[in-house]
Amino acid sequence: MHPISLTVNGQRVAREVEARLLLSDFLRHDLELTGTHVGCEHGVCGACTILVDGEAVRSCLMFAVQADGTRVETVESLGNEDSLNPLQEAFREAHGLQCGFCTPGILMTLGPFLRENPSPSEAEIRAALSGNLCRCTGYAGIVEAVKLAARRAAPAKTQR
Amino acid sequence: MTMTRLVGQSVKRNEDARLLSGRALFVDDVHLPGMLHAAFLRSEHAHARLRGVDLSGARARPGVIAAYSAEDLGGYWKPGPLLVPPPPIDGMIFRQATQVPLAKGKVRYVGEPIAVVIAESRYIAEDALDEIVLDLEPLEAVVDLEAALAEGAPRIHEQFDSNLAAHAVQRKGDYAKARAKAHRVISRRFHYDRGIAGAIENRAVVAQWDGRAEEMTIWDTTQAPIPIRNGLAAMLGLPQSQVRVIAPFVGGGFGPKIMMYYPEEVVIPWIARNLNRPVKWVEDRRENFAATTQERGQVHDAELAVAKDGRILGIRDVFLHDTGAYDPYGLTVPINSQCTLLGCYVVPQYESEFRAVFTTKPIVTPVRGAGRQHGVFVMERLLDIAARELGIDRVEIRRRNFIKPRDFPYDNEIIFQDFQPLVYDSGNYEPALAKAAEMIGYEAFIRDEQPRLKKAGRHVGVGIVSYIEGTGIGPYEGARVTVEPSGRVRLATGVGTQGQGHFTSFAQIVAEQLGVRTSDVFVVTGDTRTFDWGTGTFASRGAVVAGSACHAAAVAVREKAIALAARLLEVKPTKLEVKDGRVFLISDPSKGFSLGELAQQANPLRGAVTPGSEPGLEATRYFGPSRGSTAS
Repeated sequence: MHPISLTVNGQRVAREVEARLLLSDFLRHDLELTGTHVGCEHGVCGACTILVDGEAVRSCLMFAVQADGTRVETVESLGNEDSLNPLQEAFREAHGLQCGFCTPGILMTLGPFLRENPSPSEAEIRAALSGNLCRCTGYAGIVEAVKLAARRAAPAKTQR
Repeated sequence: MTMTRLVGQSVKRNEDARLLSGRALFVDDVHLPGMLHAAFLRSEHAHARLRGVDLSGARARPGVIAAYSAEDLGGYWKPGPLLVPPPPIDGMIFRQATQVPLAKGKVRYVGEPIAVVIAESRYIAEDALDEIVLDLEPLEAVVDLEAALAEGAPRIHEQFDSNLAAHAVQRKGDYAKARAKAHRVISRRFHYDRGIAGAIENRAVVAQWDGRAEEMTIWDTTQAPIPIRNGLAAMLGLPQSQVRVIAPFVGGGFGPKIMMYYPEEVVIPWIARNLNRPVKWVEDRRENFAATTQERGQVHDAELAVAKDGRILGIRDVFLHDTGAYDPYGLTVPINSQCTLLGCYVVPQYESEFRAVFTTKPIVTPVRGAGRQHGVFVMERLLDIAARELGIDRVEIRRRNFIKPRDFPYDNEIIFQDFQPLVYDSGNYEPALAKAAEMIGYEAFIRDEQPRLKKAGRHVGVGIVSYIEGTGIGPYEGARVTVEPSGRVRLATGVGTQGQGHFTSFAQIVAEQLGVRTSDVFVVTGDTRTFDWGTGTFASRGAVVAGSACHAAAVAVREKAIALAARLLEVKPTKLEVKDGRVFLISDPSKGFSLGELAQQANPLRGAVTPGSEPGLEATRYFGPSRGSTAS
């Protein structure tokens, strides 16, 4: 067992974990942060995407021990049910989700993307989403939601 | 009386805030004190004799609580039930061979479960799988559909004399007559390959046995929680009231989650009771590829007898259907192919014959379309080929063959998957095709764009396909609408949700009747504790069948509220309106009651009630269509 200590959604967390414990399992089962979903466990579907030190990563491709000393953010760090953040709200308005299982990973992917590229083109949005599988095939709604969020976040002078 | 239309409006979904904030409950999110974890040992052979399973090494590993093979299940080990009996087609052959909880004596596909290990963690359980020793004699795999039926092919189910699972012929008229007078006969072979549904959420089962309450609770990624409850109660020898199945949020269904009594679904609850500890099994993606039911492969030899003007005179189709290692879902899928081939077209003479074939591949059950599109593919390819050979435009040849609006209801004279005659209720196909062709600029594309691209060396095509879908099939669904004294409206239905938006669409139906906001209707689906009559979510029938039940229940509650308010106000019911959560006098809106007040009045603590009346502002209603409807 290995001691690890990290910040998860702003809270200090210290635990003893096996070296082989996946970060996704650590978050979901040890910390009971079940908003992070697991769809493939080999880095393909993107459902388990979280932020580690601000970067979007797949939590199923990291061991919990590798997150020692990092700052981790999961979907639970975004708005809650009563106060969704603007990106979540845009998803709700533009019907950017159906079953919702892939959604947390998509939101976590898009956070850093929109910070780096606040007014992306559709092609850029689609490229950013290329690592997140939505099997309900709701991409049209997802892309629409991202455009809506970007439009709303844009400074007033650039709004058309 | 005016009523605000809510149905059909684009609104924010009631369920989205939960899903977007990561607070929605999926089965793998269930954490219970003392919970154990299961891992299944699966066959790595497509076909093998299984002589022995030695679990001693696995059982000896630290952290392992138990391990089971088929023998350890004792009398609980039974092949699953036939979920859908074959429809009554004259002269049909059907051979039943359903899946088993754990393989015994033989394995019949890669991924078939052989043993299960229960341990303190999934990691330990998977470690222990490596310690299981199998005594296996590999047999020849049966993969190709034609070879599977050939003389001397290795037999998958030795109780049968071949790998034939079913044979059925359906006829309308006499195809030979059509062939005799045809201007041209077009024959082709069409292959339709296997596939998987690949829902983003894999399957999962959590079972918890409460020995003191003698109650089993099962969280299951199923599209059919109520039939699962009924079936598992029978298998476990428990009253149905003591088994609760919850299908919470489910991350995509697409058909495989309507398959019932998967081995894992049957084994996990039994083990939870046996060990008196909660047990969780979550499928990983590799298991999903091998052990979740799949989409069907088919090979069609089809023939179209066509007149010079492109009119269909008759069609003959002979096809093989791959049912995989077992056939628990009966003939739903090939019957769908057989029936849906006819599509929107007048086919005066039709002969369709299929053989379902056992292969050493995962079980085939309905997946996204459930075989319908196979028929569509064959028909539309035949029409494209006929159009080319006869020099008729592809839109035009379809137009010439459409069933005309005056001909509905239209009887295709064969039996559909719901055992009813295949009769289309209504349709008007020509305007839809014309509009589609216009919207995509079909004529301009064919006339200008395609030749221009071709000159530039680019081969760009356009496809034309018509599709109608038999849906809205029975048997029935139900719904209960309750107004609580707080004014909150509850809706319960048995139709579980896999992303369809039921929390919103059903709420819209109820909200419209009760004059409340869609967001004020609290919907519970897929929990047998809350509603336990119904069949499940399949065949795109939720809105038609369950939606109609929601409507009927909401209308009943509305009438109850109006009748009560009319009695209290001593006016005729026709003088009242329901709006904004209130029932009030049209002539004086200040006189009236909130729905919550009426709910309280309808459930008094003391005093007399009208004999024969039912308490509360509540109603349960069912809807069962006489036959399916035709979506176009």
